[in-house]
Amino acid sequence: MSLRMMTPRIPIFHIASNTFREAVRDRVLYNLIVFALLMSGAAVLVGQISIGIERLVVINLGLTAVSLFGTVIAIFIGIGLVSKEIEKRTLYTVLSRPVRRWEFIVGKFFGLAGTLAVNTFFMAIGVFAGLLYVSHHFQKQDGWVLVALYFIILQFLIITTLTLFLSSFSSPLLSAVFAFALFVIGSFAEDLRGFAGITHGLTRWLATGAAYLVPNFSALNVISSVAHAQSIPEQLILYNSAYALIYATMAICAAVLVFERRNLK
Amino acid sequence: MKASQQVTVVFSLLLVGCLAGSVLLLRRLDQMRAGATLEEVLYISSPKALKEMSLGYDGLLADVYWTRAVQYFGSKHHEGAHAFDLLAPLLEITTTLDPHLLTAYEYGANFLAPKPPNGGGMPERAIQLQEFGIRNNPSEWRLYYNEGFIRYMDLKDYAGAAEVFARGARVPNAHPFLAVLAGKMAEHAGDQQMARMMWSTSYQTTKDNNVHANAAAHLRALQVDEDVTNLEALTGRYQQQTGHFPASFSELQAVGLLRGTPVDPLGHTYKLMPDGRVAVRVPDDLPFIQKGTPPGYVAPAPKFLPAD
Repeated sequence: MSLRMMTPRIPIFHIASNTFREAVRDRVLYNLIVFALLMSGAAVLVGQISIGIERLVVINLGLTAVSLFGTVIAIFIGIGLVSKEIEKRTLYTVLSRPVRRWEFIVGKFFGLAGTLAVNTFFMAIGVFAGLLYVSHHFQKQDGWVLVALYFIILQFLIITTLTLFLSSFSSPLLSAVFAFALFVIGSFAEDLRGFAGITHGLTRWLATGAAYLVPNFSALNVISSVAHAQSIPEQLILYNSAYALIYATMAICAAVLVFERRNLK
Repeated sequence: MKASQQVTVVFSLLLVGCLAGSVLLLRRLDQMRAGATLEEVLYISSPKALKEMSLGYDGLLADVYWTRAVQYFGSKHHEGAHAFDLLAPLLEITTTLDPHLLTAYEYGANFLAPKPPNGGGMPERAIQLQEFGIRNNPSEWRLYYNEGFIRYMDLKDYAGAAEVFARGARVPNAHPFLAVLAGKMAEHAGDQQMARMMWSTSYQTTKDNNVHANAAAHLRALQVDEDVTNLEALTGRYQQQTGHFPASFSELQAVGLLRGTPVDPLGHTYKLMPDGRVAVRVPDDLPFIQKGTPPGYVAPAPKFLPAD
């Protein structure tokens, strides 16, 4: 097997940057305006209607909004990454050049992941601005908010790859439904594994298999902990990073394998 | 090998490797975060707030919290824990989200009220739970029975238990035993027959396997207590007649005090001690017994009771 065949080449970068530009052209980043309004509204209002939980509300609301906005973007942009290219017939132009199918998929992933990272970066500024407004100064514990944001980005990577995988063989509408369902199931992944642990026989096998196959978003959600200024163990950061990387790679591999076999004629 | 085949082989191997890696990592994460999901209860302990946050999907959320309550109690019970701090909040959240989830009230009565390590040792919280259930399900006689049971067994509040049983007996289609229990409560409060009657009612009427097994274990324990009391009375009589304690049950049979060799509810023969006391052979299999434990016996951590 030639090493050259598997070495990432320039096409991945081009496809990624085109995907990013396209997302910006599609006014994806407009969601930042809604987010900014939400954060400023919450920051101003919460100070007037509650006592002692201003920081809590800003962190909870801010991080939840970052997570949900990003998830919606990942799903709705992700479902069109392959199908739109086929629909507009631009995929044939791309693949007629020296671009391999796996490079196309990997490039698309990096493009959307980059869009989400930029989007999250601006939202993070909004969260910290809200915090500064209600507390008038930053605290040492606010650093954990950065860890929560990092976990949210890891969550986006998994959702993006899953959506990409689903869109490599399914229609956009079904892909969106499946991706959203996986997001909900993944949010209860720890419950699912707990449920699998107390069942017996065939149900146990099926439940355990499903519990380990669906993405685990439970461990990536530390919003409540950081809102209560609790530290996040280093080991959790390490394991979550490794898990997200491995799971995203697995989903990309599945997407590549399906897309390689897809009849595009 | 063609380029496309190479891609298939490489990505297939990578996929399998990643799948194995993700399973291993998840196991590590689970070990590290054991019970982390339940910690949410510490953050959002207000059932009303959770109900509002569920955006109308309170039934589904109630099922999730109910599963968490069962898992929480199961794991704590298995550890032999003496504190079940999250059990009451979990059950309160579950029943606020779905006030008609009757099994949660029954669970609360059986596992929230008893003293640790068999339960949470919170009979007052268990009664609050039953009262909440009665307000939301006034025609469910089992809730009155549960509350009367807690008042009788855990609080020794016999008058209160009689009052709740009487209230429950007036519910249409109530089990006829409620009226019997209400009537006999004043007369027989505190005696063993009353306790047997109550556990029998639980055993016969419950649909929950755990509650069923718990009731069966209590009934077996009551039987052992009664057997040991009677057998020790016989060895006492033998000692009065002969001046010494019997060396075996056959000596009791020989003088006509006993017919056959006595066995405990699990089928094991009782052990006769040199000082005339009677003990069970496998005390670990007979939790809740008050009498008949061998000298120096230390009860192990509670275990899951076999379905009966």
